[in-house]
Amino acid sequence: MSYRLRMVVFGAGVLGFASLLIWGLGGLPDFGDFAGRYGQYLAHSALPERHATSSIAVTTFDFRGVDTLIEEFILFTAAVGVVALLRVHRETEEVPAEPETTRWPTAQSGALRSLITALVAPVLVLGIDIVLHGHLTPGGGFQGGVILMSALFLVYLAGTHIGLGPLRPMAAMETAEGIGAAGFALIGLGGLIIAGAYLENFLPFGAPNHLVSGGAIPLLNIAVGLEVMGALLIVIGEFLDQRLLMQKGKL
Amino acid sequence: MSFLPYAVAAWLFLIGLYGIVTSRNLVHLVVCLSVVQSSTYVLLLAVGYRSGGTAPIYADISHSENVVDPIVATLTLTDVVVEATVVALLLALTVQAHRRFGTLDPNEMGALRG
Repeated sequence: MSYRLRMVVFGAGVLGFASLLIWGLGGLPDFGDFAGRYGQYLAHSALPERHATSSIAVTTFDFRGVDTLIEEFILFTAAVGVVALLRVHRETEEVPAEPETTRWPTAQSGALRSLITALVAPVLVLGIDIVLHGHLTPGGGFQGGVILMSALFLVYLAGTHIGLGPLRPMAAMETAEGIGAAGFALIGLGGLIIAGAYLENFLPFGAPNHLVSGGAIPLLNIAVGLEVMGALLIVIGEFLDQRLLMQKGKL
Repeated sequence: MSFLPYAVAAWLFLIGLYGIVTSRNLVHLVVCLSVVQSSTYVLLLAVGYRSGGTAPIYADISHSENVVDPIVATLTLTDVVVEATVVALLLALTVQAHRRFGTLDPNEMGALRG
């Protein structure tokens, strides 16, 4: 199909679609006039019923916990899918160490390396803080997990290959992802055995506004944080390996 | 001004769609798809907003305060995770496409296959 013909088809389609979209959006309540009572009910029952101050965290991990379980497994499956798609053509299991030329510019700038190295610990602490306080203030496992991932990714930017080194971080990440995904499912199973329903809260709720409150919600946040950190680092590590393999001419 | 957030959502959706149709690079196409998806965040959060409402986090507000809907925030969280997975999988497919066709231009890929 020629470019011009494609634009004509797109133009006709998008005009029809845009008019339907505007017609549909016109039927929505005015901005700020939303009158849904379910959300207000959940917002106002979070603190009295679960002793956790963030009603968004309570909605995510308690009232709609099964949703979040499935959401976490979507991420898990996607990470597995990326690995399956990209590892299939690999000739050898071991990726060659990063050639010196690809380290430019990070490894050649001493100031940048020092800055990045100095940033790793604060970012790591920030990520842990966001994960642990997910049931009290905005944040939680998903948000904190991304920050934890970026802390470990900074190590790569400082010039160290993500898949190498004595710690074998990629193997640790696969373990973290597995523990995170299994942890969420097992906490749900604990609810089924102890409280009688899957993902039902079975731990004491604790005092509101304290770090230990909200029952199982902090534990679920930690599980999600591990899962998100592991899954994203596996995906990014896999893409970086592809780049190295291509530059080595191995594909 | 009460329609402005909806207009932003519609604009993001349509401009992203335009980018997808005219894209000459698969990586650019994936980014355009994420622009389309970000219009759903704007729409979800706009739908749940209540005039004068604050975030439904009771760490530092009283329980009688007017708050916005927590469900749309939860749904947006799901949306963001889904977008991240979609982008990751599409980029993996892009790597495979580049390996097979030696180009990232979707037009040239069609020519090679036909």
